[in-house]
Amino acid sequence: MTEESRGFLERERFRELFDRLLVRGYQTIAPVVRDGTIVYAEVSGPEDLPRGLRDLQTPGSYRLEAEESGRFFAWANGPQALKPLLFAPREILWETRRESDGALSFSSSSPSPRPLAVIGIRACDLSALALSDRHFGKGPFPDPGYALRRRDLFLVAVDCSHLADTCFCVSTGDGPEAQSGFDLALGELDSGFLVRSGSEKGRELLRELSLPPPESSMEEALKIQGDRARSSQTRRLPSRNLQNALASRPDHPHWNNLAARCLSCGNCTSVCPTCFCFSEREEPALDGCSSLHLREWDSCFTAGHSYIHPAPLRGETRFRYRQWLTHKLDYWHDQYGRSGCVGCGRCISWCPVGIDFTEDLPLLLGEADGH
Amino acid sequence: MDTNPHIPRAAIIRDRIQEAPTVFTLRLEPEGDTSVPFRFTPGQFNMVGVMGLGEVPLSIVSDPSDLDFFDHTVRIVGRVTGAMARMGPGDRVSIRGPFGNGWPMDATRGRDIVLVSGGLGCAPLVSVVNYVVRRREDFGALTVLHGVKNPRDLFWKERFSRLNGIGGTRVFLTSDTGGSGWEGAVGPVTNLIENISVTKKTTAKICGPEPMMIATVGKLLDQGLAEEDLWVSLERNMQCAAGFCGHCQLGEMFVCRSGPVFRYSEIKNRLGIRGL
Repeated sequence: MTEESRGFLERERFRELFDRLLVRGYQTIAPVVRDGTIVYAEVSGPEDLPRGLRDLQTPGSYRLEAEESGRFFAWANGPQALKPLLFAPREILWETRRESDGALSFSSSSPSPRPLAVIGIRACDLSALALSDRHFGKGPFPDPGYALRRRDLFLVAVDCSHLADTCFCVSTGDGPEAQSGFDLALGELDSGFLVRSGSEKGRELLRELSLPPPESSMEEALKIQGDRARSSQTRRLPSRNLQNALASRPDHPHWNNLAARCLSCGNCTSVCPTCFCFSEREEPALDGCSSLHLREWDSCFTAGHSYIHPAPLRGETRFRYRQWLTHKLDYWHDQYGRSGCVGCGRCISWCPVGIDFTEDLPLLLGEADGH
Repeated sequence: MDTNPHIPRAAIIRDRIQEAPTVFTLRLEPEGDTSVPFRFTPGQFNMVGVMGLGEVPLSIVSDPSDLDFFDHTVRIVGRVTGAMARMGPGDRVSIRGPFGNGWPMDATRGRDIVLVSGGLGCAPLVSVVNYVVRRREDFGALTVLHGVKNPRDLFWKERFSRLNGIGGTRVFLTSDTGGSGWEGAVGPVTNLIENISVTKKTTAKICGPEPMMIATVGKLLDQGLAEEDLWVSLERNMQCAAGFCGHCQLGEMFVCRSGPVFRYSEIKNRLGIRGL
């Protein structure tokens, strides 16, 4: 554990953080407004950030509106997590070539990513990143594409001050403040940022910025802000550990109620920062001499996901919804030592019919004959 | 797993045997870098690919001591297996593997082996038959119980009848429908279990559709077989075969890594639940 350094970065000096990252050779990714949502994209400075905006999130709805404080991070998470930056939505795994004598050769397609700095990561997404590391980094042969993209990341986290109505990170133990896994973390006040380091890399950069130490009144203001955010959160999971609680109820009638609303569209798995399923397919060249083997994000809500001849194992929506939620909240404990849910609430906002499983869980955990 | 699952290697088809109208066996020889020998345990599988079409998981049916080649028995069920059916000696496929856990062969040395299979489910068990027959003195009694839906689904008929009687091996066949010329029993494969007597030395290895495996396990437990002496092989959708893609999950298990062969007691809570 490296020692934590702290400093105060005035709002007017925010650009210096971007400049320092540029000097160190990083391509900088930060939140920007696109198509009415806040997503991660390459930026050149603070002017690209969604300053003076707030988000309104409710089940099945996401809207942006103007906000008065002029803060850079007066909003909760947009649809994207870090996931697409590391686990590419579409990725070539290898190319097969067939020589004239029929011999086959294979070349793997290794991405050569530029070192990436990401500004504005929330606590829930840092937890999701730690979980993805466990999944894609496991075994003697970790996922090569993920490992390459993961290697040179510089992570600048932001403590959440303005939670969305759909957030429930307090109950999962993941937010609203960044706890670990970052290089630098920012706590935003109207006057600027309280910056703290979480790694040696972060400490070095903080030293280069040569910031004045934060005043104790700022520390106090941030603490109050954090406590207020925490107590404003109303959604919650009934327990952090639902191991065996859902797997033991495969026939609970409430799965049918969920299935009656669920469109099996897979939006929840796309926006979920920990969903990791992908499918593989071939893309042959027209000349027949070569073929790309690639992978794309997949979802347990598709029919193909569980297909074995002659039919999908999970042909009905209730089986797919049950698989998704039971995996996320229950089986993850066996697989990776904790729940796969980090409380970001994206699956609630981005569900086209507004399914909110925090409301369904008490019903699923209740006695079957109780309703 | 000691081979890189993220890149295939080539294998050349050395022989092709038509087993039944829609079932064939390919004998493959790995090409390229042979410094990493192809070693496997019966019950493990490979991802076998046809360039431009994709890969399918196939159980290895040959004997692990044959170091120069390995065999896959394939039924035509889709695009990839259909294309494989049209391939012959000299053609190449891609190979990744072997993957997963196979049958406990060393651990069941000296024991009486009962193999119960249904339909094409016999493929993962054929490697066990081959293995035991070739090391006959290392094992006790060998009993094969094999069921098919329809007599025309039976392949390896010759092999089964040749096997019957060798070194005390007993083979019992049954068909759900029966039919003219059918010499085996008629009815589900579980009916054949009355032909065996379970002792403390018995180990059962089962492969087939899930309801058939559950029924078989039930009967064997009734006969006094201990849960820890029961092994099953499961089938799921496999794509990466290395525990990343998520398709093969059954409860908390990635079948490609923790299976496809499981000790029954490890997996029993996850069997027989529709849509799991």
